[in-house]
Formats: sequence, structure tokens, C-alpha cells
Amino acid sequence: MDKVLGDKIPEFNKKAAGGGNVGLSGASFSLGDHRTKFETLVIILIAVVIIGGTELSLVLFNVPQYVLPKPSLIVSALFTEWKFLWPHILITIYELLTGFAIGASIGFVLAAVITQFPFVEKIVTPYILLLVTTPMLALVPLLILRFGFGSEPRIIAVALASGPMVMINSATGFRRVDLAKIALARSFGASTLQIFTKIRIPMAMPMIIVGLMVGSIFGLLTAIGAEMVGGAEGLGNRLTYYSALIRMPQFFAIILILAFMGISIYVFFFWLGKKWASWET
Amino acid sequence: MKWRGSLRERCLLRAVQICNIISVSAAFFQGNFTVPKTEKTAKRTGPEANHAVKMAIREASKSYQTRSGAVHALDKVSLDVREGEFLCILGPSGCGKTTLLWSMAGLHTLSSGDIRLGNEPITKPHPEIAMIFQDANLLPWRNLAKNIELPFELKRRPPDRARIDKLLERVGLAGFENKFPRELSGGMQQRASIVRSLSVDPSVLLMDEPFGALDAFTRDEMNLLIQEIWMETRKTIAFVTHSISEAIFLADRVAVMSARPGRIAEIYDIDIPRPRAIDIQTEPDFIKQVLDIKSRIEHGRGAKVAIT
Ligand SMILES: Nc1ncnc2c1ncn2[C@@H]1O[C@H](COP(=O)(O)OP(=O)(O)OP(=O)(O)O)[C@@H](O)[C@H]1O
Ligand SMILES: [Mg+2]
Repeated sequence: MDKVLGDKIPEFNKKAAGGGNVGLSGASFSLGDHRTKFETLVIILIAVVIIGGTELSLVLFNVPQYVLPKPSLIVSALFTEWKFLWPHILITIYELLTGFAIGASIGFVLAAVITQFPFVEKIVTPYILLLVTTPMLALVPLLILRFGFGSEPRIIAVALASGPMVMINSATGFRRVDLAKIALARSFGASTLQIFTKIRIPMAMPMIIVGLMVGSIFGLLTAIGAEMVGGAEGLGNRLTYYSALIRMPQFFAIILILAFMGISIYVFFFWLGKKWASWET
Repeated sequence: MKWRGSLRERCLLRAVQICNIISVSAAFFQGNFTVPKTEKTAKRTGPEANHAVKMAIREASKSYQTRSGAVHALDKVSLDVREGEFLCILGPSGCGKTTLLWSMAGLHTLSSGDIRLGNEPITKPHPEIAMIFQDANLLPWRNLAKNIELPFELKRRPPDRARIDKLLERVGLAGFENKFPRELSGGMQQRASIVRSLSVDPSVLLMDEPFGALDAFTRDEMNLLIQEIWMETRKTIAFVTHSISEAIFLADRVAVMSARPGRIAEIYDIDIPRPRAIDIQTEPDFIKQVLDIKSRIEHGRGAKVAIT
């Protein structure tokens, strides 16, 4: 009976377990619930089987390297090419970080300000939506015409891609006003600034983190895409370079690096969410 | 979060309410069948009574502008809150109790009239006045200790550790400092919010249906606790409720409000000696007072107030 009840009401179960797995509710992402050793083992096992299977079948069926290189070749390419690759990695990271910092700060401040004025918010929202839904990659050729083949057009594209994402999610967070909590702070003599930093921001934090996560992943996409469009540096540029030379192990080595960067971003924000927004179940 | 265990709690609440009604009506049908509606067991008092006044509300009116026109939430409310008294403000839902209390806390501006603490007009929150809200209103992203330190943080003062620890000990929350609100029961949360308010040592406590969301057992427990705290500290308390028996159980005086527009309809003195035990709520005298106030409210406005 107890068992059945527990199964039917997962929320209850979670609470009873000490609320160990509170995640970001607004985000559709999840690292999954806390894993047992066995589950981790199975995940690793599957990875081994896939990689080993690919390696084996590529050897067995004699698949040419330019169709799909063997995993072992990819890894060895990663090591041998590393000295040529890392400057490009740094450039991509630099573009991503700068563009994201600019975009996210503007997006965050705009969200915080705009949500205070319902009229302004109603006017601005459709334009922000337009920015969110239009792929900013499309603007890159234009930006290159204007700013040349340096990092600037790509930084701008990253900012344009991540900013609206941060803005729209943070605005959702800031809109969740709880008048009683604000009244509570005011009854203890809080100033407007204190209400903002001690009540509004913490209350919006879960959504802000979701915005930062989505925004930075969009930023990475845009940075790589922009590098593929023009210029002579960055991981995106290397992708086109190696594929033009049909050097597939190197090409896939870069894909491996990109996958790692994406996962790192995700894990970082997931950790941040656990730290700062785990109160929201 | 809110609904956790609520089914059980609601069933309990219902059961207790039903018992209450049964016991009240049983008493009614057994001996007190002849309680005449005019006979007053509680005395009415006028503002002329000679007591030190802590807060004075004079002709306070407040209307809200809404899309469908103005709502007159308060209409020329005049009320004295005496130094050190336990005043209960009783009224049906929507009669303006919260509006009155928020105005007393300086969280609202009045449309007309004024509210004073001593000689000071209250137009914004005052450090001597602390408010306790309906659901404990703890910040879910802070643990208990951090929640209680909030007032100090906002006032940019170091927290009064000795006082906080003593209060936590007093309400039985010592050792829970690292817990988050969601890990605490409703009663514990409300006790924490009481500690938070008392930690800054205000002289006036305004409580807006603080125990309204609790089950009946926890509510009794909290009523006893707040009585004890009041007897120990002698703070001036204005306590809003829509439960007649809770009002009588706690109060020195009960101010009954009528609805639309919100007015003070009547004020009753309650002369039950303290400390009052929960049991007194089943005594014939007590029930008589409940019924008396109830009949007057129904007589006056046709408004409904639950006997709980
Ligand atoms: N912000 C507001 N805007 C418009 N009308 C309001 C507002 N706040 C309260 N009112 C109206 O004013 C009247 C009094 O409300 P108030 O909340 O003070 O009543 P209350 O006695 O506390 O009720 P309850 O027992 O339900 O808490 C109600 O009719 C309510 O609809
Ligand atoms: Mg109310």
C-alpha cells in the first residue's frame, strides 16, 4: 500500500528522500536523477560498446577513412594536432566568452528594467521575440562586410544570439513577483535596491540560470557557425579547413572538442543551478 | 509544495470543525437553549475608556482603484490599539482586515484619515512595528538562520545572536537553523516567522491570520504559544482572524468589522483570566460569547463567519 502510494506521488517520494534531486524545473534539461553506481557502469559500458563496435566494424568492412575514421585514429589525431588546434580553441572560447558576457549583461539588465514597466514590456517583447527566433547566423556575412574578418563580427553575432535568450528567460523570472515577499522586506525597512537584490533577483534566479544556459549554448552554435562563414581562425574555420582537405580524423577530433565544450557549459550551469536555485522544487 | 499532506490536514481540519460545531450545538441544545440574543456576555466599550493608546487609527478610509471602479475597502475606521493589549480584529472575508493591517504597518497609504504610533504618523514602515503574514512568508532560498537574519541584513546591523538563539529555543526551533523552509512543517515555518519578527524587538506586532492555513491541532498549539509569548513580552498585538473562537480565546478586546465598506461594527471586552487553556473553548460561557458575537455579525450584515 505504502509502496503504491509512493509510486503514484513522485513528489512525495522525492521529499521523503530528503529532497536530494531538486533540479531546474523551468529547464527541459536534466542530468537525470542521482545515479547509482550500477547505472553509471551501464552508461560507461554502452559507450565502450558503441566506440569499440564502431572501431571493429570499420576495420571489418574496410570503410575508407574519408567516409568515417576509426575512433582510435580520431583520438590520436586529437593528440598529434593539438599544438595546431589549441590557438583556435582559445579564439573560439574568447569569442564565446566576450560575446556572451556582452549579450548576457545587456539581456539581464534589460529584463530587470523592462519588467518594472508593464507598458514598456508589452511594446518591447515582440521585438525581443523576433531577435530570439531569427537565426543571428544569417547576419554574419553582413557583419563581416562592416567589421572585416577579425573577431568582432563573430563576437557581435554571439552577443546577438545569446542576449535575447538571457533576456526573455530572465524576464519570465522577474515577472514572478510575490507581493507578500516584497511587503515583508519593506516592513523591515528595505530600500528599493535591497528589494531588488534580496528578493527579486533570488526569486528570478532559477529562470535566469536557465536563460544563461540556453543563451551560452546558442552562443557556442553561433560562434562556430560564424567562423565557418568567414575568417581564418577558430574551431569553425578549422572544420571547413580539414573537411576541404578531407582530413577526417582531424575533422572529427574538432567535433570531439566541440562536444566537450557544449557538455562543459551544460554541466557548469547545472552545477550553478544546484547551488543557487535548488530551493525551487 | 503547498499541497503536501494537505488532504490529510484538510480532513483533520474538517473533522475538528465538525466536532466543534457539534459540541457548540450540543451545548446549545442541552442547557443554553434559552440564550437570549440580546443578553450580552461580552461588554461593549467605547473609545472613552481610560487607557494608554499605542496606536490610534482615525477615520481611516481606503479605496482601491480597479478596472470595474473603486472598491471601498475601509470606510472611516477609527480604532485605538492600547499599550500592551492583545487586540483581535474579527470579520468576514473581504471586509478589509488585511487592508487595515497593511495600513497600520505603513505598507499602504490611506485615501484619507490617519494612523499614528504615539504621536508619529505612520506613512511608511516603522522599525517599532513588525508584521507577521498569513503563510509564514519565509524566503525559500534561505535557510532558517538566514531567514531570521533578514531584518538585520536589511537594516545593515549585525544580527543579535543571543536574542535570536533565545527565541529559537523558546519556540522549540533550536537545532533547525540549517533547514530550509520546505523541510519544515507549516507550524514550524510560522514559528520561525514569529522569531524573525520578534528578533528585532518591535513594540507592536501585527498578525494577519497567521494561523489560518494550519490544521486545527497545530493552530491550538500556536494559539497557546502566542499567548505565552504575549504574557512574557507584553507586546502590543493586533491579530486579524476570521475565527470567532480564536479571537475570543486570544484577545483582551475583539473588534468586529463589517464588510463593504469595511467598518468597525463593535468592540467586545473579553474578561477571561489568563493563562487560558485550550479547553475553555468548550465551556458554556465561552460558547455563549461565540454565539453572541456570531448572532450580532449575522444580525448586522447578513455576513457569514465560520464558528471554528
Ligand atoms: N490591491 C487591491 N486592489 C483592488 N481591490 C483590493 C485590493 N486589495 C484588496 N481589495 C479589495 O478590498 C476589499 C478588502 O480586502 P482585504 O484583503 O483587506 O480583506 P480581508 O478582510 O483581509 O479579507 P480576507 O479575510 O479574505 O483576507 C476586498 O473587497 C478586496 O477585493
Ligand atoms: Mg486578508
